[in-house]
Amino acid sequence: MNLHIRNARIIDPHGKRDEQGSIFTSGGQIVALDTPPAGFVSERELDASGLIACPGLVDVCARLREPGNEHKATIASETRAAARGGITTLCCPPDTDPVIDEPATVELIHRRVEDTGLSAVVPLGALTQGLRGEMLAEMGTLKDAGCVGVSNAWQAVSDTRVMRRAFEYAATHDLTVFIQAHDAWLAKSGCANEGPVATRLGLPGVPVAAETVALAQMLELAATTGVRAHFSQLSAARSLELMQAARASGSNVTADVSMSHLHLSENDLLGFNSLCHVRPPLRSERDRDALRAALRDGVLNAVCSDHQPHEPDAKLAPFPSTEPGISGLDTLLSLALKLVEEGAITLPRVLESLTSGPAQVLGIERGSLSVGSRADICLFDANVEWEVSEASLLSAGQNTPFMGWSLPGRVRAVLIAGQLHEFPA
Amino acid sequence: MNRNGYEPTDLQVDAQGHLRHLLTIEGLSREHVVRILDVAESFVGVNDKSIKKVPLLRGKTVVNLFFEPSTRTRTTFELAAKRLSADVLNVNISASATTKGESLLDTLRNLQAMQCDMFIVRHSDSGAPHFIARHVEPNVAVVNAGDGWHAHPTQALLDVFTIRRHCQDFTRLRVAIVGDVQHSRVARSQIHALNVMGAAEVRVIAPRTLLPESIERMGVNVCKDLDGGLKDVDVIIMLRLQRERMLGALLPSEAEYFTTFGLTAERLAKAKPGALVMHPGPTNRGVEIESSVADGPRSLILEQVTNGIAVRMAVMSLIAGPAPRDETA
Repeated sequence: MNLHIRNARIIDPHGKRDEQGSIFTSGGQIVALDTPPAGFVSERELDASGLIACPGLVDVCARLREPGNEHKATIASETRAAARGGITTLCCPPDTDPVIDEPATVELIHRRVEDTGLSAVVPLGALTQGLRGEMLAEMGTLKDAGCVGVSNAWQAVSDTRVMRRAFEYAATHDLTVFIQAHDAWLAKSGCANEGPVATRLGLPGVPVAAETVALAQMLELAATTGVRAHFSQLSAARSLELMQAARASGSNVTADVSMSHLHLSENDLLGFNSLCHVRPPLRSERDRDALRAALRDGVLNAVCSDHQPHEPDAKLAPFPSTEPGISGLDTLLSLALKLVEEGAITLPRVLESLTSGPAQVLGIERGSLSVGSRADICLFDANVEWEVSEASLLSAGQNTPFMGWSLPGRVRAVLIAGQLHEFPA
Repeated sequence: MNRNGYEPTDLQVDAQGHLRHLLTIEGLSREHVVRILDVAESFVGVNDKSIKKVPLLRGKTVVNLFFEPSTRTRTTFELAAKRLSADVLNVNISASATTKGESLLDTLRNLQAMQCDMFIVRHSDSGAPHFIARHVEPNVAVVNAGDGWHAHPTQALLDVFTIRRHCQDFTRLRVAIVGDVQHSRVARSQIHALNVMGAAEVRVIAPRTLLPESIERMGVNVCKDLDGGLKDVDVIIMLRLQRERMLGALLPSEAEYFTTFGLTAERLAKAKPGALVMHPGPTNRGVEIESSVADGPRSLILEQVTNGIAVRMAVMSLIAGPAPRDETA
């Protein structure tokens, strides 16, 4: 379909553009900006007055729960929630069941997305077989099957020699390694940031060192092997200093942060709010402010939803016995706009961290509105508020600590590979 | 700051300031604590009579819901409930439902369906009584009998009750809490209770491995040397050292712990003359405390056990008893 989007405020961080204009799409691609290409006959005109058009959001870490945990959520339910939230590409970690350590699982995911999905899904492959940290996964084959990177998710690779070889092997196949920096011993049995709140609540703590010790080790291994490394969901101010130092010495490393960590802190756990039980744990307010600053300054390359939908029972237990994780697809864009509203960051920069930033991390041609790129576009109204409620959430996981919050910004339409989906007010 | 209505005080004190549940000492006012202690004082007489019963909870059903084994706490709660004329049901969950895969919420709903009025809860998870209090019917009360490392409010209340029977003025009182503060719900509740009562100083004395991060933010001074730490102290509270602490590389041996942090008669002499010795029990003699001290003239350990009954009667009657009981103070 030939589509003409007009009167939009077009913000394309990749193309450094922020001005009113028109977008022309055809055959699933953006074919022109502002002036139609020769002979373009639009079949549909979309008046985007008052709306912002930006590249479709790219979420660098979202669990869709399929295959293996369909009682929590499915590719069908979560890609719909993503599309409703303006997210047109999702990257899912390999800790599904079965693990994404062979091409059949990748194919299964691709087929489910094709049959039931809406937004695009790009999977990460396993770094080691079964994520057991012992033998290398067939990374070359996984790459051929469509994996955009490799990761061991939250599973520890305790043998540093295995880790080093996995890095070398990933580098051989030009694959980025996605790392959850996490020392399993230091974090053992912890469920909250080690600090005054965990002390008060008597919750077993996860020290900042559980992140920084692993991060320092992995940065060193990345530097010596030359692999491209991406660090997922950093939570502490000290981690950002380590990242900066590694970059300063020439390491090819990137990092992201979860949206929840930019808004919440350990204080939100008071009263044992299990909706705030998340890994890595919510840290101090000082850490949260440092994460905001690092996002502003580009030390952090991307913001992700770290989406982890759960069935209600997963959170219906005493805090330490609940499953960690926050459902984040529905609120990702609005919480980003809230950061802008709070003066923490500019709109173009936060949109960059949700579009071209994560696309670059994933090494995929997404997250831009350049002519010739795939027509993944998000059109949103930044001037409306909506209330996070059971009714307004589309994800199968209602486990969000932002329930009841009034948030700015609502997506009015998305284009996914040129397919228009509208969400009227 | 906390936008979810999750403050513990919202949960345990109603809009009129009455105690609905007892989950933690944190957030209780001095008036709440003093009221409980005063009512407990009125029950001490009951416990000394030959017929030890008052009808305050007649017709009520109290369930001892213990997810963790306990002898002393369960027994004193049971005695306290019976002396208030309540019917008491003991449910030992570790041996029943959860092993069959029943969720905590299911267990709770089943017991609630039997028209129980009060749950006395012990659980290994910090926050379990909060969780239960948030999910019970409005007419059901929850009393925390110890949750994880978080709180053991009735123990702390009986401790301040015991202290108050020996010295009335808390504002001149220096109290040292010695031992495994990290894993101690008793210590956390004692710290809150002593601070609410206006104690001049609360000190915690322990090796770094047994002290939680930022404990000073709870209103204590930290000391890692017992000899120096006992100076000028009026009350010494020794905490129980669990034997599994050696396995987690928190301590090298019981022997070294006793040498550095064990309370001996010699060490006791470094505290203020006449200083009192307390222990929530059960004691590990020769590990944290010398027998001669535990059984000595300055030990209040058995008095604490006795007082536990009156204090628990006070808590239960204030929460679930008839309204006039509220005027006792």
